[in-house]
Amino acid sequence: MVTQSTDERLDEPDEVVELVDDTGKSRTAVTSAPQWKLIWWRFRKHRLAQIGLIALIVMYLAAAFAGFIAPFNTTSYSGEHAYHPPQGVRFSFAEGFYVHPTTSEVDIESLERIFEPDTSEFVNLGFFVRGDSYRLLGLFDSDVHLFGPEDPDERWYPLGGDRKGSDLWSKILYGSQISLSIGLVGVSISLILGLFLGGISGYFGGWVDTVIQRVVEIIMSIPTLPLWLGLAASVPPDWGPVPTYLMITVILSLVGWTNLARVVRGRLLQTRDEDYVIAARLDGVPTNRIIFRHMLPSFTSHIIASVSLAVPAMILAETSLSFLGLGLRAPAVSWGVLLQDAQSVNTVATAPWLMFPGLAVVIAVVAFNFVGDGLRDSADPYGKRST
Amino acid sequence: MIRRRRHPRRDVGRELDEAAVTADELASPDAVLDIRGLQTVFRSDEGVVRAVDDIDLVVRRGTTTCVVGESGSGKSATARSIIQVVDVPGQVEAGRILFRPDDSRPAVDMARLDPRGEAIRGIRGREIGLIFQEPMASLSAVHTIGNQISEVLELHTDLPPAEIRDRVIEELRSVGIPRAEERIDAFTFQLSGGMRQRAMIAMALIARPSLLIADEPTTALDVTTQAQILDLLGDLKRERDMTMIFITHDLGVVAEIADDVVVMRHGKVVETGPVDQIFHDPQHDYTKELLASLPQRHSATRAVVTEPETPPTTTVGGSADESVRHTAPDVTPLLSVRDLRMEFDTVSGALFGRKRKEKVVAVNGVSLDVLPGSTVGLVGESGCGKTTLGRSIMRVYQPTAGEIRYRSGDGTVADLATMSEKQLLPYRRAMRMIFQDPYGSLNPRMTVQQVIGEPLRVAGMAQGSELSDRVADMLDRVGLKRAMATRYPHAFSGGERQRIGIARALITGPELVIADEAVSALDVSVRTQILELLAGLQSELGLTYLFVSHDLSVVERICDRVAVMYYGNIVEEGSAAEVFEDPKHGYTRALLSAVPIADPRLRGTRERIVYRPDDVPAADDEAA
Repeated sequence: MVTQSTDERLDEPDEVVELVDDTGKSRTAVTSAPQWKLIWWRFRKHRLAQIGLIALIVMYLAAAFAGFIAPFNTTSYSGEHAYHPPQGVRFSFAEGFYVHPTTSEVDIESLERIFEPDTSEFVNLGFFVRGDSYRLLGLFDSDVHLFGPEDPDERWYPLGGDRKGSDLWSKILYGSQISLSIGLVGVSISLILGLFLGGISGYFGGWVDTVIQRVVEIIMSIPTLPLWLGLAASVPPDWGPVPTYLMITVILSLVGWTNLARVVRGRLLQTRDEDYVIAARLDGVPTNRIIFRHMLPSFTSHIIASVSLAVPAMILAETSLSFLGLGLRAPAVSWGVLLQDAQSVNTVATAPWLMFPGLAVVIAVVAFNFVGDGLRDSADPYGKRST
Repeated sequence: MIRRRRHPRRDVGRELDEAAVTADELASPDAVLDIRGLQTVFRSDEGVVRAVDDIDLVVRRGTTTCVVGESGSGKSATARSIIQVVDVPGQVEAGRILFRPDDSRPAVDMARLDPRGEAIRGIRGREIGLIFQEPMASLSAVHTIGNQISEVLELHTDLPPAEIRDRVIEELRSVGIPRAEERIDAFTFQLSGGMRQRAMIAMALIARPSLLIADEPTTALDVTTQAQILDLLGDLKRERDMTMIFITHDLGVVAEIADDVVVMRHGKVVETGPVDQIFHDPQHDYTKELLASLPQRHSATRAVVTEPETPPTTTVGGSADESVRHTAPDVTPLLSVRDLRMEFDTVSGALFGRKRKEKVVAVNGVSLDVLPGSTVGLVGESGCGKTTLGRSIMRVYQPTAGEIRYRSGDGTVADLATMSEKQLLPYRRAMRMIFQDPYGSLNPRMTVQQVIGEPLRVAGMAQGSELSDRVADMLDRVGLKRAMATRYPHAFSGGERQRIGIARALITGPELVIADEAVSALDVSVRTQILELLAGLQSELGLTYLFVSHDLSVVERICDRVAVMYYGNIVEEGSAAEVFEDPKHGYTRALLSAVPIADPRLRGTRERIVYRPDDVPAADDEAA
C-alpha cells in the first residue's frame, strides 16, 4: 500500500518541461541541478547579456593588464604633439606595421595646429616591443608592450593625443583601472551596508524597521548631486590619489546603499511568510539558520542582479564627480578625469577624439546593464520568463 | 477596455456569409454547437503543446453539457477556442466550430471567422455569454460593476443610456443581488466572492445569449456559495431557455447539473454521454478511475482505508489498534485545547489620522480534544479560522489566551500555549504539520535530502550517512524512490511534492500530525493516493491526525471525529457518523446540504438549507 504509489499520472511537472526547453538540457540534468546551474543555463540563452558579459570580461582584463597593452604609460608626453589627431596603422611588406611621423605647424591666421605626416620617414610598430617601464598587476616590473613603436623614443597616437601630448589610448586603459574598479568596490560597500541594515529592518520589523526606512527615505530624498558635491568638497585637496579614491568610493556607497537595503528588506518581508519558512521554524531551525540557510538563498540571485545594475550607476557617479573636478584629480587617471579635457566646446570642436573616454563609459555602462538584465531574467529559474 | 473598431457593416455581413454553413451539416438538427476535429496548438520556440487535440463535441439545445477533466486536460482551452480568445501563442489550427444561435438561422463556422474581426465580436457577449473562474480577476477593479455590465449593452444594442441602466438593475436583481439599484455603482472589491460571481453572471447574460460558457465558475467559492450559484444558474437556464457549457473538475457538480458529460484528458475527449450513463455505466477506464477516486458522501465505502498487509512494525506513541481508533470516551486525550483564543491586530485608519488598532478574532475560545490514534477533522469555510486554529496549536502563532495541553509519551501533560520557543523544541518533534500548498512549502533551493533531513540535522539527531539513510527510508515509506533525494523540488509533480512534505513531517517520529488542507491543491486521482498513503502511515506508525479541510467528503471519508467551525467558533463536534448523519447545528446542516452529491440519480432529492444566524456577521449575501 505504502510503496504502491509511483504510478501517479502526473509524471512530469510543467515547470520541468519548461526548464528543459528553456535551458536545452536533458530532464535528468535539470531535475538535480542546483540553483546557480539553472541560472547559468538560462543566462547562456540570453544573447545580449552574453555579449555584455564578454565585453565586460575584455574590459576588466584590459584594465588588469593596462601597462602591457598600453603603448606608453600615463606620465610620458611630448609637448610638440599636443592635440595630435588619431593615427591609423598602415602596413606594407617592406616595413611591416608603421605610421608616418608628423611635423606640426601653427597656422598663423587661425592659430590652429596642423600636423603634416612626413611620408619619407617611418615609425615602425611591432609586437612585444620595449618601451616605458611599468609594474604588471603590482607584482612584476616590465617594459614589454603588446604593440607599439619599436623605438621607445618615437610617438604613436592610435586614439589621438591630449592637451599635453600624452597618448589617449594609454590613458583610457589606465583610467579604466580606477573607473571600473570604483564601481565594484563601491557596490560591495553598499551591499554590506544594505544587507545589514535591510536585513535588520526586514527581519525584525517594528520600530527598528520604521527608523531604518525613514533614514533611507531621507537619504533618498536629498538630491544626489549636491550631496556628492558637499561630501566631495570635504575631501582635502592635498590628499594623494589613493586616499581620495577611497573617500570617493565611500561617499558613493553611502548614497548607494539605500536601494539595496530596500531590495533586501522587501525580499525578506516577502519570504518571511512563505510556507517553507514556517516549515523551517516548525522543524526547530534556529533563527540565524532560517535567515542564512533558508531565506537568503532564495533571493541571492535577485541581489546579484540588483548589484550588477548598481555598478554602472557607481561608474557614472565617479565619472560625473571627476568631470566636475570634485572627484579624482590629475595626476590620477580615470575616465572622468580624462573627460575634464573635453569640458570646453572649443576643444571638442578641434579635437573631438577627447570624447573617447566617454565612449568607454558608455560601453561599460551598457555592458553592465545587459548583464544585469540577463541575470535578473535568469535569476528566478522557477518563474516565467518576462520576455 | 474593449477597443471599438467600426468596420463597414457590409464586411461583417460578407464575413458571416462566407462562414455560413447549411443546417444539414450539423450533426443533429437540435445542436447549438457542433465542434468537429478541433485542434488548438500552442507553438513557441520552446516546443509545441497540443492543448486541444482533435476533439468532437455536440451541444444540444436547451441542455447543460459539462466538460470535466483534471488540470491540464485542455478543458479551458476548449472553451476559449470556441469563442476564439485563446491566449497567445495559442491558435486554433484545425477543425470546425459550427454555432447556430437559433433554429431559424443558418449555422456559422466560427473557426473561419477572423478572431479579431467584427463578426466574432458580434457573437461574443451577445450570442455566447462567458463566465470565468476568478471573478476578481475577470472584472475590472477600477470600474463599477454597473459600468462593466452596461458596456455589453452599449456594444451590442442601440438602447439609450437610461434604459441601459434600468436593464442592468433588473438583470442584477434577477441574479439575486439584493438592493441592485445601489449595488450597480459598487466596485468589485466592495462585493463578496459570491456577489462578484453573480455580477459576472449578470454581465454574461444581459444580452440574452443563447449559449452560456461557464469556465469553473464555482471553483473559487465556498461550498455553500457554490450551491447558491449552481441553483441560480439552473434557474436562469430554465427561465431563459438557454444552453450551457459548464467546465469543471468537480464530478459532484457535474452530477448536480449536467445533462451531457464530456470527459477530457490530455487534450482529447475520452468519453461522452448522458450524465446517468457516465456515472452508472462508464465505458472508458479513465472515467472509471475518476469515479473511483471520488470521495462518496453517503456511501457504504467508508472502509476505503485498506489495512496494510504487513503487521504494524513500529508503534510510536499511541496504539494502532483498530479498537482504539473508534474511540472510547474514557481514553485520555493526546491533545486537549481549552478556550483557545487567537486575535490579530490590524491597523486601520486614514493616512494622516490617528491610527486605530482593531482586533480580528480568528479563533474565539475553542475547546477541542484529540484522542491518540484517532483522526479528527476540522471543517469550515474559508475565513472560519480553522487554519489559524491549526497553526496556533502548532504554535506558529502565539495564542492570545487559552491552553494547549499536550500529553507526552510518558504521561506528563504540558501547556504549549505559554512556552518559549526553546521549551517548545521537543514538542516540535512530536507534533508535525503538513502544508496545503505543495509548491510553497518546500524550499526550492534545497534538495529533497536537505528538506527532509533538516529537522534531524538541526536537532543533532543524525548526521552524515545515518541522516541520508533515514531520509532514504522515509522516501521509501511515502512511496518515492530513494534516488530522488538529490533532486530539487522543482523536479516533482504536485502529488510527489506532497509526499515529500509528508516525509518531512514524519521524519522526527511524531505522534500528532496536523494536516492543513493537505489534499486540497491536488487533482482527484492524486488526492486519493495521498489519502491512502496517510491512512496507511497512520495504521503503521500509530499516528494521530488533526485534519483541517474545507472538503466535507474528504473529512467524512477519513475522520473518526469531526468539529465544524464557523466564524472562529466550533459550532458542532461529534463522531463523523453523528455529524454527517444527524447534524444538530443549523450551519452544519446548511453546509452538508450544499455539498454536491456525485450521483445524478439523487439529484433534487434533498432540500438546500440556508443558514442565516442573526447574531453573526453574516454570510455571503449580507456582506457588502
